[in-house]
Amino acid sequence: MTVLGYRIPMMFSLLAWFVVWEIVGQLDLTILIPPFSGVIAAGITMLPSQKFHDAITITMTAFLAGMGLSLLVGIPLGILMGRVKAIGQLMGMWVNIFESSPLTAVIPVLMALLGFGQATIITTVFLFSVWVIALDVQVGAKHANASLLEMGRSFGASRFALYTKILFFAALPEILAGVRLGLIRGVKGVVIGQLLVAIVGVGELFELYSRNFLMEEFWALVIMVFAFAFAISETVAYVERRIEYYASTR
Amino acid sequence: MLNTVLSARNGQASGTPEAAVQVEGIGKRYPGGVEALKDVTLDFPAGELTTLLGPSGCGKTTLLKIIAGLLDPSKGQIRVKGKQVHGPGPDRAFVFQDFALMPWATVLRNVAFGLELRGVAKAEREATARKYITEVGLTGFEQSYPHELSGGMRQRVGVARALAVDADILLMDEPFASIDEQTRRKLQEDLLQLLQIEKKTVIFVTHSIEEAVYVSDQIVLLSRRPGTVSRIIRPNLDHSTDLEAARRDKAYLDCVDEIWQTLKQYLV
Ligand SMILES: Nc1ncnc2c1ncn2[C@@H]1O[C@H](COP(=O)(O)OP(=O)(O)O)[C@@H](O)[C@H]1O
Ligand SMILES: [Mg+2]
Repeated sequence: MTVLGYRIPMMFSLLAWFVVWEIVGQLDLTILIPPFSGVIAAGITMLPSQKFHDAITITMTAFLAGMGLSLLVGIPLGILMGRVKAIGQLMGMWVNIFESSPLTAVIPVLMALLGFGQATIITTVFLFSVWVIALDVQVGAKHANASLLEMGRSFGASRFALYTKILFFAALPEILAGVRLGLIRGVKGVVIGQLLVAIVGVGELFELYSRNFLMEEFWALVIMVFAFAFAISETVAYVERRIEYYASTR
Repeated sequence: MLNTVLSARNGQASGTPEAAVQVEGIGKRYPGGVEALKDVTLDFPAGELTTLLGPSGCGKTTLLKIIAGLLDPSKGQIRVKGKQVHGPGPDRAFVFQDFALMPWATVLRNVAFGLELRGVAKAEREATARKYITEVGLTGFEQSYPHELSGGMRQRVGVARALAVDADILLMDEPFASIDEQTRRKLQEDLLQLLQIEKKTVIFVTHSIEEAVYVSDQIVLLSRRPGTVSRIIRPNLDHSTDLEAARRDKAYLDCVDEIWQTLKQYLV
């Protein structure tokens, strides 16, 4: 961000917003916006509590399981869609539909099928994240340097070696971009899943705080979820920057 | 002085002992209808460097990839040491115009990659790779990545990788075309020097007349698309005494001129 020609560091602009928040909160305009200092205080008391700890554990379990599944399915699916024309045509339309559809609407159906537990939430994380991963990987696999694949074939690579030693790495920039977007969708999926199932984890906390108008705790939790999503996507973005040179020699 | 040989092989039984690669009646039509090659019949003598020379788009790369087994011909067959081949094999190694180096792998791993694909143990393949890295003059760059190297150095990696698999036949597709002129001359000289140590049959594609005359034992002139063999010329330059002097040799200049007179007719 730049103001009057000066580059403002992101931390600084965040700080400015927090100051605005504090002022609005102190004015006591609405119960929905407590002072920022109160939110921080609530966050600090929340962090060491057993309840918070349990919520994070169950949430992370669902998130990691769902994401793991997404990567295991999304990356091979995307690679096949990118390399095998028939699969690309067969799956492409469906993956695009799912990627852009409001999947929240199917969570009740999932609950009916899988019950009110972790299975539903893991499936929600999976459904939220897998499509964007598959689509990005497809682009990467499709546009992978053709002469690298020819090189592999000319030196006698098996199909498996071609895919795992060459294609995967050639498509890695797009794979990482897909993973980054998938992770963010996954965070959304886990929270929405827990909110709708409404009995576990971070979703339960959200429900509890908002029902009882504990807005300080509520906002503290929102900030933590945001911070988590931001941190993981930045981590992937960091790796993406590290491998930028892959693309430069294409 | 110039020894021009007719292209048609006069009904000889296949299996002429000194031919490392035989191309027999090769035709290639791409899906979509482009006829790239038409009835190409050619012998590549063992231990010699043969160039395929012709205007851009005449099917040189297509022919080389068919010989490599990377493309299937529509007609005809390829024999390597008398045996018909259908796909890539350990007897042939390819050097790519765009180098085709894995950007995520070090020079060492790139050079050893052909051996890695063959399942050679790490220590062994790296020892072999180091030997060829030295041979192409890249000692000290084993741990560098391709993006840290100049174009000329990258192609040295490509050449080392092809040598490392110890194939008898090297297939080089315009290996120096995307490299600046000065570096290219040096690479040509180094290639000739290298070939004096490593006895290889080389099939070398180029669109540069000067390059073809300088490096070749035999030059195959291809006609415009669909490519057919138009003439075969042997420059007979003497490289053994002085690599530099060959470029000033009268035989060199005459040969360049003669090829130019032939190729001119294919230009519109
Ligand atoms: N995959 C392909 N599909 C259709 N046409 C192709 C393909 N590859 C090459 N061609 C055509 O075949 C002709 C010969 O190509 P190529 O062998 O690359 O020529 P050269 O290497 O001599 O420049 C060109 O006209 C080119 O456009
Ligand atoms: Mg070409």
